[in-house]
Amino acid sequence: MVDSLANSLADPLLRVENLVRSFGGIKATDNLSLDVLPGELHAIIGPNGAGKTTLISQLTGQLMPNSGAIHFAGRNVTWLPSYERSRLGLARSFQITCLLPDFTAADNVALAAQAHDGHSFRFWGAARKEKHLRDAAQAALTRVGLAQRADVPVSELSHGEQRELELAVALATKPQLLLLDEPMAGLGVTESARMVTLLKELRKEVTIVLVEHDMEAVFALADRITVLVYGRVIASGDPDAIRTNEEVKRAYLGEQHAVTRHG
Amino acid sequence: MNSKKINASNFIVALVALGLLLLPAYSALTGNIFILTLFTRIVIFALAAASLNLIMGYGGMMSFGHAAYLGIGGYAVGILAYEGIGSGFIQWPVALAVSALYALVIGALSLRTRGVYFIMITLAFAQMAYYVTSGLSRYGGDDGLTIYKRSTFGGLIDLSNRVQFYYLCLACLFGGIYLIWRIVNSRFGMVVRGVRSNEQRMQAIGFHANRYRLVCFVISGTICGLAGALLANNTDFISPATMYWTRSGDLMVMVILGGMGSLFGPVIGTIVFLVLEEVLSQFTEYWALIMGPLLLLIVLFARGGIMGVLGRLSRG
Repeated sequence: MVDSLANSLADPLLRVENLVRSFGGIKATDNLSLDVLPGELHAIIGPNGAGKTTLISQLTGQLMPNSGAIHFAGRNVTWLPSYERSRLGLARSFQITCLLPDFTAADNVALAAQAHDGHSFRFWGAARKEKHLRDAAQAALTRVGLAQRADVPVSELSHGEQRELELAVALATKPQLLLLDEPMAGLGVTESARMVTLLKELRKEVTIVLVEHDMEAVFALADRITVLVYGRVIASGDPDAIRTNEEVKRAYLGEQHAVTRHG
Repeated sequence: MNSKKINASNFIVALVALGLLLLPAYSALTGNIFILTLFTRIVIFALAAASLNLIMGYGGMMSFGHAAYLGIGGYAVGILAYEGIGSGFIQWPVALAVSALYALVIGALSLRTRGVYFIMITLAFAQMAYYVTSGLSRYGGDDGLTIYKRSTFGGLIDLSNRVQFYYLCLACLFGGIYLIWRIVNSRFGMVVRGVRSNEQRMQAIGFHANRYRLVCFVISGTICGLAGALLANNTDFISPATMYWTRSGDLMVMVILGGMGSLFGPVIGTIVFLVLEEVLSQFTEYWALIMGPLLLLIVLFARGGIMGVLGRLSRG
């Protein structure tokens, strides 16, 4: 009911239809459909191996589906390579930190800004001296609280700072939709709290799809939650509906059993 | 930090550059013609190594077929001279254009691969070029082609004059390095270096990585084609042996020895490599037996090559 109401208000920014992706005999994405509305923070949760990262990778084009369709901002982007999706305003942060280790924090962000500022077949002028690129980088770094660390090489940043830099890089591409793959992964308690505060700010400006294991953060942030198990959507709705959903409880209970068995 | 950067590595670079500039004077004063001949060769190979460094050191593309451009540039000059076209204003642009075209085709095909496959495929194409030129019976085939007259530039410069030719080569080297310096610090260069650092990340923020890599590959091949044109004029001769795979290996060693991804490293690497080769070969005909282990030691224990070691010394 919530869905039909929301749909009547706005066209979805992202629409996934019957997406299938298998690896060998295993269906990592099994006939999955999903809508993300403009302005919402849509969380995707599910036990380990539910296919969350596989889904994100298909949304950004790092991985192609076997069948199904992905529409973004009214365009069919199913078969577009990742660099073209980025140009349309789809940005992602990676679960396992994926930055340019040989460059400084500011360089990483400035390159993201450069990617969305015309072509880069410019061979003569020094890129590091282009003020508007540096300013854009500094602005994005300031947003995530890394302004003081701009000139530090990525390899010398702490894990928490690298997670924040991931976010700054994604922001510098001026995305319409931000896909965050476990931004809290490996963060301590205080760092996680800072990240939640930051996401609360960001959600005011940009539509976010959040994949996260930290349930407290998910229920604090999400407008809607979709639950994946074995590549299928078993439930979708607002946090209260998900909290009381029997199938969701069973899925997470199942994982708990598995954990105690193996552990 | 900036004041510290002035010592050791920058000092050596300045010293070497000055030495190269003053070399003809030294040669004239001492009557040592041999050293001028040797360093003309060194300067030409340094240009080839610098061009390889652009894709290898900055672009992360381990091309094992770079000597092909030396041959292509050389054959462009040689074949045109043989057919009666002696003007450098025609020979040299043709040498550059053919090198660029070859790089475009080879790059478009081989840049679909990564790592060892890329190394093998560039090697395979260079060997193909080697066998093709061996089959050019009109132009000497296996035995090569003698160039009876060096490129002419309408009286502007006389390539048969040792000193003038040396300075032309040096100007090409310094010009090439300046060009590479501008390129690696430009927007384009930042993209190419970013792709070397993390290709997936660069794609995710919106760069079509291969397009930039290919253009970089073509620029590098074109610069090396110029080195080929110089080399053919220097030896008055061009043969398939110029593009044999061991020559590509030598170029890689020069780059690694001097320091990959360091602007002036390939120049230092080439000087050390060719001077060592010259000195050792005076003692024994089995000079490679000494050279090999020596290079192994340097590669094993001096990461970042000679420039890397100098850089560490600077930082204390």
